[in-house]
Amino acid sequence: MSLAELICPAGTPAALRTAVDAGADAVYCGFQDATNARNFPGLNFTPDELAEAVTYAHARGTKVLLALNTYPPAGKVDLWRHAADTGARLGVDAFIVADMGVADYIARMYPGVRLHLSVQAAASSPEAIRYYCENFSVKRVVLPRILTIPEIRQIRREIPCEIETFIFGNHGLMVEGRCSLTNYLTGQSTNMDGVCSPASDVEYVRDADGSMSSQLAGFTIDRFGPEEKAGYPTICKGRYAAPHRPEGYYAFEEPISLNLSRLLPELIEAGVHAFKIEGRQRSKSYVRGVVRAFRAAVDDIKAGREANIADLIALTEGQKQTQGAFETKKWR
Amino acid sequence: MAVNTMTKLTLGPIAYHWSADARRDFYARIADEAPVDEVYLGEVICSKRAPFHQADLPATIERLERAGKRVILSTLAEVMLKRERKATEDIAEMVSPEMEVNNAAGLYARGKRPHRIGPFMNAYNDATIAWMAGQGATHVCLPAEMPAPAIAAAAQAAVALGLGVEVQVYGRASLAVSARCYHARAHGHTKDNCQFVCEEDPDGMPLRTRDDRPILRVNGIQTLSESYVDLLPEVARLIADGVTHLRLMPQAVDMVAVAQVFRDVLDGRGPTGEADARLATLSGDAGLSNGFYHGTAGYRRIAAAAPA
Repeated sequence: MSLAELICPAGTPAALRTAVDAGADAVYCGFQDATNARNFPGLNFTPDELAEAVTYAHARGTKVLLALNTYPPAGKVDLWRHAADTGARLGVDAFIVADMGVADYIARMYPGVRLHLSVQAAASSPEAIRYYCENFSVKRVVLPRILTIPEIRQIRREIPCEIETFIFGNHGLMVEGRCSLTNYLTGQSTNMDGVCSPASDVEYVRDADGSMSSQLAGFTIDRFGPEEKAGYPTICKGRYAAPHRPEGYYAFEEPISLNLSRLLPELIEAGVHAFKIEGRQRSKSYVRGVVRAFRAAVDDIKAGREANIADLIALTEGQKQTQGAFETKKWR
Repeated sequence: MAVNTMTKLTLGPIAYHWSADARRDFYARIADEAPVDEVYLGEVICSKRAPFHQADLPATIERLERAGKRVILSTLAEVMLKRERKATEDIAEMVSPEMEVNNAAGLYARGKRPHRIGPFMNAYNDATIAWMAGQGATHVCLPAEMPAPAIAAAAQAAVALGLGVEVQVYGRASLAVSARCYHARAHGHTKDNCQFVCEEDPDGMPLRTRDDRPILRVNGIQTLSESYVDLLPEVARLIADGVTHLRLMPQAVDMVAVAQVFRDVLDGRGPTGEADARLATLSGDAGLSNGFYHGTAGYRRIAAAAPA
């Protein structure tokens, strides 16, 4: 039986306390700058806030993981190094990294602090994972959301580190850490700036016929009829026309949430050590509900009881959900 | 600009599913006519395509080398399945040609033997480049989305370590890869049952917004820019900033003529304004863009500043 740790999002100090109180084994968070992949306005921590957060979490037996999981462009590496220095000084339990230069720096400077390999590093084979384990002493890999459970089970046998997988939240379509779609349309980079389809570039435009266009930097990412609810213009969840699909279709994926509740027992059996809930941009009440429900489910499964999966399914009621690649290769 | 014999012009790997015949004809012409110094071969995007053209690879390498080109084998950007792991390891075991690594699985397989770092490796900064150089990297191709100041700083660090530094100066920019095949999806198939519909689109499958504006191109699991990157007006500054290799990505246009335009500019032949116009004509309907280089939205075209 794996540890089945629950890794929960902490976009703000209040959300962090909420996640800790709701039963998170660990929370993950970032600083208010480009050093993490959720560099959104109003989110994240100042060094003082992180210091308080670490104290609060540690007093309750919860670990704090610091995301330094973007790619510093040349000339700006010091920002990431200073963030690592601050995190180490404040006693975070692990750094979540993607860039080899950042990983190398932390491995050399703070060999006592655990390194987790971010999903942003896109390590999807035993060889890629072993590269990071052997060179930077990575202790855990966050797997890309593109593998089936049999594939995860196989990888588990071939790597020397722990596995963390996403179980709930936003369903990323592109290989993380290899996506420049946002930069192509807006001039802000997901890899270098931690920005994805930024709210500052979003506009909802009412057309003459009553339909609504949701736009990003002036590009129509989708258009909705008067009766439809207009969705957020995330580039990889938009509707476009192609030569064989002139009517417009979800070229990449529908706006859909990942929910692996039903697969939780199988994932634990496959040897997954930690389950990550996405959503640092989410509200306190959302965090509370999701963390509590998963806490109960994981505890039930670990105790050999039937988990109340219905509660977890209900969390996304009214929204479309998917088990993505985890369930079947047909997703690809 | 004076004649430049130091800067190398390279031809990147074909991203699309061109037929074996099309590839043979393409590389025969490149060998005979294209003024490029180095050519990257190999399937980078989809491991299902490799069997279609793998058998021709030795002859293509021989042909290009006989024509005086240096040949490099590029590896897959995404390595997940057994066949993808094996394809990567097979190239890693070769002594020649050189290897360009596009996935950390390739780094693992290659160990400290010399290799090039491909554009999918996210070598964004001096610290990462220094790490890679210490592990045997001899050359680094920077990510397509890097802006000029970062390119200059990265190039300076790489050159100081004795590495070659490459930047894509022509062709669609790779914007994303996925485990899902979007070509198959557009045709109602899955990746395992794709029927190789990507062969229909030798320059990618165009996506248009619902108000009919061209936006992106799909190439199997890859998403590309609608516009072609064109850094011809920026070539002098790239070279001044330490870039040693300029990469042209194969598109379904006259790539020999495209290479000649860049070669003429490197050789200081003719005014660059005429070269810009010629490149635009050769690129057909594709818009040209240099936004990434100028630190703005990648699709944008920023006019060259007047020479100082």
